[in-house]
Amino acid sequence: MKNKRDSIYPIGFGILFLLIWQMLCSLQVIPSYLMPSPMQIVRALTGDFSLLMYHLLYTLLESMLGLTVGVMLGLLFALLMDRFSKLYKTFYPIIIISQTIPTIAIAPLLVLWFGYDLLPKIILIVLVTFFPITIGVLEGFKSTDKDEINLLKSMGASEFDIYKFIKLPSSMGKFFAALRISASYSVVGGVISEWLGGFRGLGVYMTRVRKAYAFDKMFAVIIIISILSLLLLKAVDLLQKISMPWEEKHEKSN
Amino acid sequence: MNSSQNSEVILEVRNVSFGYDEREIISNINLELRDNELVSLLGVSGSGKSTLFNIIAGLLKPDVGKVIYRGEDITGKSGIISYSFQKDLLLPYMTIEENVALPLFIKKQKKSNALVKANEMLKEFKLDAYAKKYPKELSGGMRQRIALIRTHLFSKDVSLLDEPFSALDAITKDEMHDWYMNMRRKYNTSTIFITHDVDEAILLSDRIYILGDGGIKTEIKIETSVRDNSFKLTKEFLDYKKSVIGCLESGNT
Repeated sequence: MKNKRDSIYPIGFGILFLLIWQMLCSLQVIPSYLMPSPMQIVRALTGDFSLLMYHLLYTLLESMLGLTVGVMLGLLFALLMDRFSKLYKTFYPIIIISQTIPTIAIAPLLVLWFGYDLLPKIILIVLVTFFPITIGVLEGFKSTDKDEINLLKSMGASEFDIYKFIKLPSSMGKFFAALRISASYSVVGGVISEWLGGFRGLGVYMTRVRKAYAFDKMFAVIIIISILSLLLLKAVDLLQKISMPWEEKHEKSN
Repeated sequence: MNSSQNSEVILEVRNVSFGYDEREIISNINLELRDNELVSLLGVSGSGKSTLFNIIAGLLKPDVGKVIYRGEDITGKSGIISYSFQKDLLLPYMTIEENVALPLFIKKQKKSNALVKANEMLKEFKLDAYAKKYPKELSGGMRQRIALIRTHLFSKDVSLLDEPFSALDAITKDEMHDWYMNMRRKYNTSTIFITHDVDEAILLSDRIYILGDGGIKTEIKIETSVRDNSFKLTKEFLDYKKSVIGCLESGNT
């Protein structure tokens, strides 16, 4: 209940902000060629809605494909680096350093190498999403309770049992925290890769309306991208609740 | 329980020494556990009690010496002797029944069979109401009971208990002592018990090994006909306490 009551403040402020914005535009304090009013943005959203949905589906498909591959690769990397300390010593520093390479800088290269279709976009999303997963899950593996591992060993557990019963389940919290980051990266990565070339997607739409100086449509697509990211985050939360029922019980008992 | 003096030796630690790098932690330890006996290891922190347990459980290999279980050399072999740790180590993401069934999962028993056995065990100790709950929903004393039941499901023959009651408050601790003694009577489990608590050692044990300077200094036999909390109020108990404390202190000077 407390959370619900607290949410009055940001919602109230948001409404106030929109009202002031609308007023400033209506009174021509801000010229409309620089900044559209909230009403104009809503009109652009509804007017272009089916077109926006057409592009949205493509971006969503890209993000989901890229995120799935990125997560699987991230998990695999984490598992291998946890199991084999030589792999950890070799690749951990390289992976960390590789993250200083800006995504926007490699995106044009990918387009040159792989063309304007789906592939370069997926590759870019995989590159930005696997990293948080690898680091998050690896940290989870490394921070498992040594006594729990000893308990299992005393019962004669194999290496596989230790992953199955201890390391994987106890790293789930860290995994979902990382998945939240990767999910939002996947949308941003998709849009950025679409800016640089392509035939469909929210990034492509964005490039087109920018060239036409259609500010209202620019804002409309930004809102769509935010909503998409938010929905993905909600989906991750839901997935976490379903997969970690013990956390839920704990909250209730408090 | 005093009749156990002449019964068969089921676990034996022979001339065991162990050290990390140059530092020797335990040297030339010899001890034995007879059938249906509870033996305590009492000593100050750092006297190598937990190291010795890790060796008996097969988690560590001694530099010298052997661990013999029912005539078989099990040095460095895990998965034979059941081991309960200071913390209850119930896995938070498993329900109580799954936690109890864990040793059976590891023995590759079918999940449904393992859960049936776990539930039978919980029912026997009147804890079946907790089967579907998660460890977080239970009190410290309850969690420790579940951990001990899990240890028993792994092996009812020999148990190593490393300070299982040390984190509990005094009242819960008394309850747990009675509860555990009942459990032991039921299953005739032979137990080696680590504790810092002199009262607890005298109350529960048939024999106490006092550790110090990396070895066993003395062995004290506790002979009494009473084995419940009322034993603590007798003169006999105080006499034992004096001699145990005397032995412990003689090591510090």
